[in-house]
Amino acid sequence: MTIESVLAPLAGGAIIGLAVSLMLLLNGRVTGISGIVGAALKPGTIDWKWRVLFILGLVSGGAIVRWTDVTRGVNSFVDLSDVGIVPTAIAGVIVGFGTLMGSGCTSGHGVCGISRMSPRSLVATVAFMTAGILTVALLKAIV
Amino acid sequence: MTTHNRNALAAYAVGFIFAIGLGLSGMTQPQKVLGFLDLFGHWDPSLIFVMGGAVSVHFVTYRLIRRRPSPLFDSKWHVPTSRDVTGRLVIGSVLFGIGWGIAGFCPGPALTSLATVTLKPWVFVGALLVGMLIYQRVEKKLPGKN
Repeated sequence: MTIESVLAPLAGGAIIGLAVSLMLLLNGRVTGISGIVGAALKPGTIDWKWRVLFILGLVSGGAIVRWTDVTRGVNSFVDLSDVGIVPTAIAGVIVGFGTLMGSGCTSGHGVCGISRMSPRSLVATVAFMTAGILTVALLKAIV
Repeated sequence: MTTHNRNALAAYAVGFIFAIGLGLSGMTQPQKVLGFLDLFGHWDPSLIFVMGGAVSVHFVTYRLIRRRPSPLFDSKWHVPTSRDVTGRLVIGSVLFGIGWGIAGFCPGPALTSLATVTLKPWVFVGALLVGMLIYQRVEKKLPGKN
């Protein structure tokens, strides 16, 4: 492990921690990305606008990462995985269904929920981490 | 500016900052996520520092911020208060973990990666929306509660 392999994730994580803190301080809300996207699929509600703007913020922030050197040499979008398009699509459907059923994903449960010591988020995080680890092990064994 | 516009502008800023954090962290690189989940193989522990960094900051700021009577741009807090561990919570989270382990994408990094204009993040996000719409369609027919 190099110093970069610790410092970039740590700094990135700290920035994520600041972002979710800003959401709480300004809007009084949890930054749960799956929940925000799921609710944004129902237009016409009073909270629709901020949810869509949050998603636009993520996408345009991604564009800045892609087209500038804001991450200081970290090649953020290099995809060296050999996952094909079909497994990616299947995974997307499962993640969409599962995150709404489980009321959250890495951001809402893993960051916001763990930080406030929510028992639901602790259980959810252990569940999705364990399932992810077993899935990777199983796929390596059979593929 | 109306309250709703202030909320929307704040949410935009949060999304923007969040994406830069994700880009720096390595979470937008599926091979890193899969390496992190490969605990029994060539384990790449670097992403543990992402959650470590984020939780270290928010563990402190959460408590400081909640001392206020209300957030700055709203009259009340909207933080979830349920403490019930339900079947839906566990089964849904397990499903999410399976999908995360197949592709190495979770929702935030996939949305952040749309700007790369490569096929995979767009396929993942499209499928993510389909999965969400399916859940919203069948939600009322499922037993239990969220």
